Parts: sequence; structure tokens; C-alpha cells
Amino acid sequence: MSWIQHLILAPILLPMVVAGLMLVIDGRSGRTTAALGVFSTFALLFIAIVLLVQASAGGAQSAVLVYQIGNWPSRLGIVLALDRLSAMMLALTALLATAAMVFSLARWHKAGSFFHPLFQVLLVGLNGAFLTGDLFNLFVFFEIMLAASYGLALHGSGHARVKAGLHYIAVNLVASSAFLIGVSLIYGATGSLNMADIASRIGDLDAHGAMLFRVGAAVLGVAFLVKAAIWPLGFWLPTTYAAAGPPVAAMFAIMTKVGVYAILRLGLLFTPDGQGNVLAASGLLLAGGLITIIYGMLGMLASQAMARLAGFSVLTSSGTLLAVMGAGNANVFSATLYYLVSSTLAIAAFFLLIELAERGRARADDVLAVTLEAYGIVYDEDSEDSREAGAAVPAILAILGIAFMACALLLSGLPPLSGFIAKFAMLDALLDQARNGPAPGSAWAAWLLVATLVVSGLATLIAMMRAGIRTFWPSFEREAPRVSMIELGPVLVLLALCVGLTIQAGPAMRFVRHTTEQLAERKLYMDAVLKKPVVTPQDSAANGPALPAGARAPVPPPPKKEAAR
Amino acid sequence: MEPVIAIAIGVLTGSGVWLVLRPRTFQVIVGLSLISYAVNLFIFSMGRLKVGAPTFTGSAGANALADPVPQALVLTAIVISFAMTALLLVVTIASRGLTGSDHVDGREDGL
Repeated sequence: MSWIQHLILAPILLPMVVAGLMLVIDGRSGRTTAALGVFSTFALLFIAIVLLVQASAGGAQSAVLVYQIGNWPSRLGIVLALDRLSAMMLALTALLATAAMVFSLARWHKAGSFFHPLFQVLLVGLNGAFLTGDLFNLFVFFEIMLAASYGLALHGSGHARVKAGLHYIAVNLVASSAFLIGVSLIYGATGSLNMADIASRIGDLDAHGAMLFRVGAAVLGVAFLVKAAIWPLGFWLPTTYAAAGPPVAAMFAIMTKVGVYAILRLGLLFTPDGQGNVLAASGLLLAGGLITIIYGMLGMLASQAMARLAGFSVLTSSGTLLAVMGAGNANVFSATLYYLVSSTLAIAAFFLLIELAERGRARADDVLAVTLEAYGIVYDEDSEDSREAGAAVPAILAILGIAFMACALLLSGLPPLSGFIAKFAMLDALLDQARNGPAPGSAWAAWLLVATLVVSGLATLIAMMRAGIRTFWPSFEREAPRVSMIELGPVLVLLALCVGLTIQAGPAMRFVRHTTEQLAERKLYMDAVLKKPVVTPQDSAANGPALPAGARAPVPPPPKKEAAR
Repeated sequence: MEPVIAIAIGVLTGSGVWLVLRPRTFQVIVGLSLISYAVNLFIFSMGRLKVGAPTFTGSAGANALADPVPQALVLTAIVISFAMTALLLVVTIASRGLTGSDHVDGREDGL
């Protein structure tokens, strides 16, 4: 095995080791800890890009890369699988992490203890969830991600955060219980936890087992829909995201997408060809998604604070993804993936931008002061100022204004940025389906979705414009906020990435189209995982494919899962 | 044995759900713990219920063995739910300290 094959492990291992190191050398935001965190996130970005290149090599026929941990055969051990979708999500995570990490260095990482270790653990969970090919491991990585996110959501403490955090934790703990019930039902029905193996066994289930499996998949679907914050399971989201610190909220922008990813991955894998998503019926996804869009839209219009507005925009984005997944065929899917990347980047940039834009106003300062007071930290005015003075950016209001405008264009889906291309691609595919769709029901659904998408874009624009006018054109003279380059830089980089997505829309669209084609070929993923031979030092050919097809359910696999702890 | 386990899981889940919907943080924590016990029992039952069956050794053939995978899963689930309960407890205490109330919304209904 060459080193590049082992690289699949790195997105999980690197942050885990770095987090451990940070705790050993005292993780309380020292200089060394911050340096380690920056090193880790940048290294992750590099690794994610290498993996993305690896996974997309070969264009339409790119292979699924499989890594068997501990060299156990796929059916027995835990596998990591890297296909185009996971590589894309890894790269997106790494991009957001880099931006959020750099942004936090200005001041937020000092708002409480252990920011850096928690941040790294969050990355372990996210990367693991995208890479794992094992259902129970998916649960473990979800829990790692959530545990870190609880800590990060509370980072900085304060009344609003603790209150929102309490609701967030309680809701997610209940969702985790549903997750476990779903996983164990599926195990009870199929006798396997390996996703590819489960997919290969679905066809052989008797009526009783198939029923159990369907129930399990549906319960699992509920757990993922809570993460994806579909209405009515998403009321926890806007408050939590609005209360969280900006770098944390920017990272959270991808966490709802983990739920969407899981529904997409497992739904496509566990559903025999030509049937609806087994995790969540497409009608349910469509209806839930539509209501989520409308709820998010109304929430945005009603929001007074910008952070809440951003929280509701997460709901709208998540609802759009779910509804389009529910309505769509393959063409719509690829547009959805493009929208996922574009909207995640835009929302993350928006969360970071809000703090900068509101810094000049009293509110943000109040929050920070209360935060510091509650944490018993004496805010050292002088050193902070002298440190920032050298790097303060001139003409900051103009720059922030332009960045805000870019965010508004991206979120509402107006030309000329990537938000428009994403929305246009989705509308085009939906209209195409409405005209040439097989059943009148799907045409009706497509028209409804098109109308909702257009109206939600308008509502987003109105809400954003109102917030922008209030922030940037106040009737009284406002003091320009002091913003250092390392805070502004990440926002601009995220927005520049969206511009890049616009300019390179052709290649990006081609990439997502190949991704959906690869996803639709569930046989590809199953074969890559199940037929992967174990590596023997002397003779890799002798051991052949992992197990003969006969050795199936009756033999209980060794308790390898304990390693998951 | 199956009805007993089923009733136990049902009672635990039912009480857990009722408690989670209560307004006091302590009730919510106890409710979540009960739900996690129910889930752990449920995972066990998915390995099919057997009495006195070995997990590994024995010559009786695969069907006489108890399935070890759910046991490993339960172990992991217990550790995770235990840690999460401890974390939630800390957050609850912080909330109590900051708001002076043990209501889940941080304030009493009447206010």
C-alpha cells in the first residue's frame, strides 16, 4: 500500500492526535495551542484537497477508495470509504474550519477555555461521519461531533448560550436515542452494520425482516432529519446558532449538512433501484422541506437581530436541500449538491461577517462584555487595542458593506454570484421535470417547489436589505468598527470561493454531476467495499476476496466494534 | 422472556418521554436517562434473546451462540449516554446558576 492509500485515515487521525496533544500541553488557549490548531486545520485542508483530487480522478468512472482499518476483511471490520461525495464534504469542512480557525484567533478563542481542543474534536467527528462505511461508527462519529459542538455552542458562556445550549443538547440526545434504535433495528433485520453489506442483504430479506428493516430505516431517517432541522424538528436551530460565537456558528453551518449527507448516502445505498428513499419518503421530504423553507423565510422576515436572521437562513438552505431531494430526479440532485456547497460557504461567511458588522454597535459589545464578566476574565483593553491597532483595516465600512451585499446576493440567489447559478440549475431541472415528468403528481410538486424557491429568494432579499440598511446606513453617526486583517481575511476568502464557484461553474457542475452519477450506481460502492481484498505482507493475491459469499449472517463477527469506543 | 423485555422497554420509554416533556431540568435529565436505558435494552434484544449461551466458544454451532455485536454496541452506547448525561448535568447547573431557576426556559411560566 502506498502512503496515499493511508491518507484516507488522516482527516480523522490528525485532529484527534492534535486535540490530545493540546490537552497534554494545557489546552487553555496558549500560543502553542493556537499554533497547533492552525497547523492542524491547514494540514487538513491540504489533505482534503489531495483526497478530492484522488477521489475525482478518472472523471465519470472514478473509483470508490476503501480503507480497511486494522486490515480486517470488510464484512468483519470497520471500513472507511472515500467517494466523490465524501471527498467533497471533507474539502468543504476543511475550508470552513480553516476560515473559522483563523477568524477565532483574533479574539474568540480566548472567550472561554478549551476552544482549540474542542474545535479539533469537532473536526474528528465531522470528517469521520463523512468517511465511515459503518453504520455504528457513523453513530459514534455523530456523537463525537455533537459532544464537541455542545462544548463549542456554550463557548463564551453567558445566559443566552446556556439556555440555547440546554435545548440543543436535550433535543440532540433524544435524536441520538432514535439513531441507536434505528441502527439496532437494521442490525436485527440484516445482521450487519457495514453499510455496503447491509445494502447487499436487503434483497434477501423475508417479509418480516424487510418490515423490521424499513421501520429501522425510518427511525434512522427521523434522527437525521432532526440534525438537518426539518420542520417541525428544527425549532432548536435558530436560537442555538444565533447564540453561538461567530466562528462556532460558521462551523455549525456544515452540521445541518451532515444530516442531509447521511440521508443522501444511506437513502441511496439502502434503497433498491427505482424506489423512493427508504429513510424518508420523498413526499415527506418534499412537504417537510417546503414547510421548512416557508418557516425559515417567515423567521428571516421577523428577525430583528442579524444573527437570528442568519440562523433562519440556515433553515431555509436546509429546507431547500431536503425539498429538492424529495422532488427530484438525478438532474435535480446534482444542482442540489452545487447549492449545498455554495450556500454553506455563504452562510459561514455571513455568520463571520455579522460579528464584524455589528461590532461598532452597542449590542455585540454588550454580549462580549457580559461574556467576559461571566467567565471572570478581566478584559485587558490596552493590550487588545495595541495588538489590533497595527492591523486594523482602513475603509472598513465600505469593505464590510460590499461583503454583506455579496452575502445577500448569495443567500437570496440573485445574479451574478454562485447562489444564482445554484438556484437557476435547480429551477431549470425542476421545470424540465415538470414538463417531461412521468406522473402528473411530480409535475405538480415541481411547480410548487419552483414557486416556493422563488418566493423564498425574494423574502431573503427583503430581510437582508432591511438588516443591511439598519446596519450600514444608520441615521446617526456611527464609529467605524476596528477590524483586523485576520478577521476580515476569512470572510473575504469564503466569499472569493463563492466567486470562484461562479467563474468555474462549468467544471464545478461537471464535478457534481459525476458525483450524482457515482451515487446512483450503488453497485459501485458496494463492490468497492465488499470485494476489497485484505492486504497480506507476503502474498496479497492468496487471500483473495474477503469472504466467500456463503459465510454470511449465521456467523457472528468478532466484537471488533468495541474499537469504536 | 420476550414479553417481559418488551414491557420493560415500553415502560422505560413511556416514562422517559413523559419526563422529557416536563418543564424542570432535573425531570428532563432523568427522562433522558430512562430513554437511554430503554435504548440499551432494545439494542440487546436485537441480538435475539438467549439464556446462558456463550458468545464465542462452544461446539453447538452458530445458532446456539449469543450475538456479541449488540453487547459491544451496548457498551459503547452506555459510555456515550453516560458522558452526555454528565455534560447535560453541568449545563443544567450552569443554567440554574445564571438564571436562578430550574425551568428549562430559564424562567417560570408566570413571568
